[in-house]
Amino acid sequence: MTSNEPENHPPASPAAEKYSTRRDFLLQAGVVINAVAGFMIGIPIVGYILSSLIKSTPNVWFSLGPVSNFQEGAMRMAVFLNPYHRGADGDTARITCWVRRIQGDQFKVFAANCTHLGCPVRWFEESQLFLCPCHGGAFYADGAHAAGPPPRGLYVYEHKVENGELHIQAGNLPTLASPS
Amino acid sequence: MSAKERPIISALVNVAMWFERRLHLVKVWKATGGHPIPKSSASWFYVFGSMTLLCFSIQVLTGILLALVYIPSASEAYQSLEFLNFHQELGWFLRAMHYWGSNCMVVVMALHMTQVFLWGAYKHPRELTWISGVVLLVLTLALSFTGQVMRFDSDAYWGIGIGAAISGRIPIIGAQVVNLLLGGPIIGSDTLSRFFALHVFVLPGAVLALVSLHLRLVLLKGINEYPKPGVQVHKQTYVKEYEEMVHKDGMPFVPNGFGKDIVANGLLLLVIVGLAVFIGPKGPEIPADPAQVISEAKPDYPFLWLLSAAALLPNGSEIILFFVFPAIAALVLFGLPFFSNVGEKHYSRRPLSVLIVLIVYLTIGMLTYAGLTGPWSPHMDAWSGTPTKPEFISARPPLELQGSLVLQVKQCRNCHAIGGEGGHRGPDLSDVGMRMNSSELVRQVIQGGGNMPAYGNTLTPHEVSALVAYLVSLRPSNTVPAQNPAIPLRTDRVSSGETTKEAKTGG
Repeated sequence: MTSNEPENHPPASPAAEKYSTRRDFLLQAGVVINAVAGFMIGIPIVGYILSSLIKSTPNVWFSLGPVSNFQEGAMRMAVFLNPYHRGADGDTARITCWVRRIQGDQFKVFAANCTHLGCPVRWFEESQLFLCPCHGGAFYADGAHAAGPPPRGLYVYEHKVENGELHIQAGNLPTLASPS
Repeated sequence: MSAKERPIISALVNVAMWFERRLHLVKVWKATGGHPIPKSSASWFYVFGSMTLLCFSIQVLTGILLALVYIPSASEAYQSLEFLNFHQELGWFLRAMHYWGSNCMVVVMALHMTQVFLWGAYKHPRELTWISGVVLLVLTLALSFTGQVMRFDSDAYWGIGIGAAISGRIPIIGAQVVNLLLGGPIIGSDTLSRFFALHVFVLPGAVLALVSLHLRLVLLKGINEYPKPGVQVHKQTYVKEYEEMVHKDGMPFVPNGFGKDIVANGLLLLVIVGLAVFIGPKGPEIPADPAQVISEAKPDYPFLWLLSAAALLPNGSEIILFFVFPAIAALVLFGLPFFSNVGEKHYSRRPLSVLIVLIVYLTIGMLTYAGLTGPWSPHMDAWSGTPTKPEFISARPPLELQGSLVLQVKQCRNCHAIGGEGGHRGPDLSDVGMRMNSSELVRQVIQGGGNMPAYGNTLTPHEVSALVAYLVSLRPSNTVPAQNPAIPLRTDRVSSGETTKEAKTGG
């Protein structure tokens, strides 16, 4: 605080207006400079926070191994490394899916995540059912909803057979919003 | 002697006064610890606020110490927790203190909130004190949830999975919210890192800020006097009346009003230390490996009731539970000091409030109990691991014995108990023969329904016959099998004809 000088002048005097204009200018300039700087800092921060949204991670094709690994008419668990994993992911890079080889090159590949609240479903060979341990959701061998709270059948991964290998299209955690 | 001491004392006083002239400590003390409170508020019911603060302090201290060893990386978090449990000197104790401190914080905070509600302390002019308290409740629950993710085991992994599945139900932007929650396409290192950042920086920082505001408001607006039945709060006069009361009949918080707080806090410390020493830390359970599909993903105590509600509410009502209910709860909690602002404070004059508290406590209590027992969860290994009591097998014809094998091998017992043993998702089958006749049972087994899958494609006709023969036989001795309600009961139909025929074929 410098002094009370401006107040000593009559308020209507041109001198007072001049002083106050200069102060106003400094204030306005300060606001503008800080707003510009704020945007220059803020936009990258928002971009950083939303980076996972901005970066598109479509499901990609990869092999689950030779078709001969899967017995005809049987369901088996397959574990794959998520295509988007990195070193620090550790075990969490290993994703489970259930593969049913219906006949020949006819397959159906299910995500292990229950469609109710995402708990891992387990296959029971004898009763030909997937059971979810959380709230008792049950699914038939073709993935259809059998009983319990799930709103739909199991999530299905796209698949194809190429050069004798089973390929599936995966990479994102399946949820009701993005089923596969 | 005293002459000798005098120069030292006066020097000390000079030093003290040097600081006092610069820091104005006397003024600060008078405005904080020494602030006047109504004599009536030095009550045993008024100790829960400081107890919550004590819990938070324990969490900050033990949290910093745990962070010295813990590694927030999906590939190493689990090993660092094992290291804390088994190698790091007293690491288990700090983990246990942090875990039990967290549970106690939620409980004590709930008690604090209940007391404030029942004693009418949220009314004029303490609306903002209540609102900042509600924000603190939300932050504390968020800390509890993110903390459970720090224990990076299979429960934590699938717990995030549940969080993602819930977020995936949000209309329109569900996929984006899931992605932001996970920090990428899957649950992995980025997920743990962002929960870590929330748990150790963002949320505790927010709690510190909110606690400062909360305490500032307590000092500004004063501690609620112990309400008397019949005394009304009027907006125009309350502040003046309160000031007069404190002026006339008040006392400094420290030391006069502090005794009960310090005793209660000491006891709480003993409880937390006791729980930590005798029960120990929680987990980690099996590692967070998605290839191990054996998790039940049970959340910690503060969230068990939500899990129960998700299991017990009718199918399809999840959107109400996860989105509509929280919105209503927020509206009620934040709006409370506005639509119930004046009038009686004493709970004996507010029966509706007492009723609300009872209902909320009973609901959350029962749901939490249900969450602990989890009767809706199938017992995934009951079919292979749970024995059948002799009375359900002995002295039976071969067809029924075959039926009992079908029941066991086809995993029926994962959901159905016999003699109380097995899953409780479906009804106990010990006396199912009294409830359903053979044709009803055949229909139920083949077509399913009522939360039971259809087994028509899984069982051979012979297996169905054997199973149904066994189920019909499951009833107390000297009771008749269930009859077809459309046909009047006749004594010569006591033993079902078709069952006997099947029994002969099967035998």
